[in-house]
Amino acid sequence: MSAAHSALAEQFRDMEQQREASSLGMWVFLVTEIMFFGGLFLVYTVARAMHPAAFAAASRHLDVTLGGINTAVLIVSSLTMALAVYAAQVGRRRRLMGFLALTMALGCTFLIIKGFEYADKFHHHLVPGSGFSFPGAEASPAEMFFSLYFAMTGLHALHMIIGVGLVAVLLVHAGRGRYTAEYHTPVEISGLYWHFVDIIWIFLFPLLYLIDIHH
Amino acid sequence: MSSPATAPALRRETYLNVSFGVKSWLLTTDHKRIALLYLVSITLFFFLGGFFAVLIRLHLLTPEGSLVTAETYNKLFTMHGVVMIFFFLIPSIPAVLGNFLIPLMIGAKDLAFPRLNLASWYIFNLAALFTLYTVITGGVDTGWTFYTPYSSLYSNTHVVPTIVGIFFAGFSSILTGLNFIVTIHTMRAPGMTWFRLPLFVWTHYATSLIMVLGTPVVAITLTLVAVERIFHLAIFNPALGGDPLLFQHLFWFYSHPAVYIMVLPAMGVTTELITAFARKKLFGYHFVAAASLGIAVIGFFVWAHHMFVAGLSPYAAMIFSILSYLVAIPSAVKVFNWTATLYKGSVSWATPMLYGLGFIGLFVMGGMTGLFLAALGLDVHVHDTYFVVAHFHYIMVGGAVMGYLGGLHYWWPKISGRLYPEALARFAAIVLFVGFNLTFFPQFILGYLGMPRRYHAYPPEFQVLNVLSTAGASILGVGYLLPMFYLVWSMRYGPIAGSNPWPATGLEWQTPSPPPPHNFDRTPVVTWEPYDFAGRADLQYPVPRPEPQMFQPAAHD
Amino acid sequence: MPEHIASPRIYLRICAILLALTFLTWRAALVDLGPWNLVLALTIAFSKATLVALFFMHVRYSPRRTQLVVVAGIFWLGIMILLTMSDYLTRHQLTS
Repeated sequence: MSAAHSALAEQFRDMEQQREASSLGMWVFLVTEIMFFGGLFLVYTVARAMHPAAFAAASRHLDVTLGGINTAVLIVSSLTMALAVYAAQVGRRRRLMGFLALTMALGCTFLIIKGFEYADKFHHHLVPGSGFSFPGAEASPAEMFFSLYFAMTGLHALHMIIGVGLVAVLLVHAGRGRYTAEYHTPVEISGLYWHFVDIIWIFLFPLLYLIDIHH
Repeated sequence: MSSPATAPALRRETYLNVSFGVKSWLLTTDHKRIALLYLVSITLFFFLGGFFAVLIRLHLLTPEGSLVTAETYNKLFTMHGVVMIFFFLIPSIPAVLGNFLIPLMIGAKDLAFPRLNLASWYIFNLAALFTLYTVITGGVDTGWTFYTPYSSLYSNTHVVPTIVGIFFAGFSSILTGLNFIVTIHTMRAPGMTWFRLPLFVWTHYATSLIMVLGTPVVAITLTLVAVERIFHLAIFNPALGGDPLLFQHLFWFYSHPAVYIMVLPAMGVTTELITAFARKKLFGYHFVAAASLGIAVIGFFVWAHHMFVAGLSPYAAMIFSILSYLVAIPSAVKVFNWTATLYKGSVSWATPMLYGLGFIGLFVMGGMTGLFLAALGLDVHVHDTYFVVAHFHYIMVGGAVMGYLGGLHYWWPKISGRLYPEALARFAAIVLFVGFNLTFFPQFILGYLGMPRRYHAYPPEFQVLNVLSTAGASILGVGYLLPMFYLVWSMRYGPIAGSNPWPATGLEWQTPSPPPPHNFDRTPVVTWEPYDFAGRADLQYPVPRPEPQMFQPAAHD
Repeated sequence: MPEHIASPRIYLRICAILLALTFLTWRAALVDLGPWNLVLALTIAFSKATLVALFFMHVRYSPRRTQLVVVAGIFWLGIMILLTMSDYLTRHQLTS
């Protein structure tokens, strides 16, 4: 296939080595992302251990319904992404494009819902800084909770935006017939990135939204 | 390709002459050219960091410190640290020698991701811009360690631009490490099994693990400091329930392994130098390879030894103290194996060997004094004194920089196709060694006697030792300037080097100097063990080769 | 080494399980289990993450090396959190 051969970069021996290297490269990058987000998870662990009641009280100001919907949205988007990779593996171009478009749409849905949540926080003076106001004696650690909320979901949202951008690029290339059953490595490795961002949210949802909703 | 019979050797296509012009360099994806691009960048930063050091040492000639104000002094030691660590030491050997040599040593045409390699150089330059902006507009004074809450709340200097610079430098480092890991795993030539790799490759692999696992943590930590400054987020702010010590945990989680990023590549270089110039295979190859990984792994478990007097729980302090003793073991294994390699070897005193031996001696001193610091009781006495300053300079300058210079000399013929002037180079190495010890040994004594670090003034009884240290620094400076001159000089006027001037084992010596753009004319197939000097008649002394010897003037172009 | 092609049916099944576990984690949070709330929530989260990694990210069908990379990443994060908490948990200063 001429498309496949022209896709072989000159430093590699063959397509198999190129695929192996690309996949390992993305996995190593994801490990750096584990440690990058991991720093925030460590701050969260320490802060919550030091101020459990304040964190619980602050957490109750988050909208569990919206957070739950967003969790479902991301899980389904991982499904559509996995199905997109499958379509690429079996060479079904239109199906690939369809699932990529669906993944993008779901990603954008997540970001829009997140936008609504952030706007709500602004309205209620829960954004850290001079405008922050929280009832009760636990105001200071509550400000820490919201700092972490914005830092963690903000960093996650940034990664979502990059992910949506990546999928958009894939969609354009797929439209031009760049991916075949023999060569679709970019789709695979972008899928890995997308699933990883989903996994981050899988942890963010219970840790931020579900600390103590039984009171 | 050039016609073999009549054309002189120079017309052979090399990575240097295959194309000309600024664009061919700035848009190159050849790992060898990128290595030279990095060489230029980090050399510039070395002299910038050195300039700050000169000002510090001049200021400390007198006890009352009248060269600069106290505030300026704080900026000087901060920027000396930031520039030297993030913009010189961490990239140095990996980005220059690692980039150049790893594909050659494993028999590959390039790294796995050549465009990512170029991108990482550009990201490094972007980082450089932010740092230069900081330097020009008034500097930063938090110490290279950025402890909160001073850095996040109170300092009035350019903290955020410096942090952005370090963030991008870290990103560049991560990409280099990622490239190395993937390359070493997937692109070794047929027959090049893991245990046939030169130790230089093993240590760069271990270093890359640290780069990839540790750097993201300092990236997010410094980002949080910047975000706290700009958006008044509450993370480390004690008034809002935050813990400044949490910053220190996060910061040192990277910054301790970072010192192994700085020293492991130099250890890899040293192994190459010791084997080549003792003409002997490495004693205990498997142990040295395992020790390299061991240093990288255990190095992640010891960070809080920087925090013994900061308010750590004493139980945690004990754990970290024991772990810190543990990490010395693989380093000691390496020193033992180098020594055993030298024993009954056929030792030559060529310049790279002088640097290699210098590394071993100075690293041992630096490492042993680290053990003093790891002991809880002793650390209470010497923490934040010049004892610590001397300790880490012995490792980072006496160790890492000497490793870098030794490697630069050793592989200079391969990189440039020329030989540097041997007599002058040996002289420079000795000047450097003398200057180094005169600069930093007095600092051990100063620290033990109680002179604190990062102070712009000191009690008069410490002046003699400070003057000695500054005198040493001026000699050290000469030792650094000489190679800059003669290495550049040799590129034009040095004798032409053959493909294997030393001669040594290793795939990089089996291709011409300088190498062709794709490294090898045919993919090598490896069937021999590493450092197999005994098994190779062509590598025995005296070398039965018609190529120009190091000490004979050769015909010039 | 040819890549493994998983059937879409597996993906659909995993997606259903993930959604069910999400529902479960929400319902479990409504019940007061004291400190076990956190343990349960994290257990469910780890299970979901493992399913995504094994099946959506193909770790189940990947070479040993990839699996080692994943384990190493999680291990390093674990070390960072555990060793840091060894300080906080032994300080006797934790306040509510």
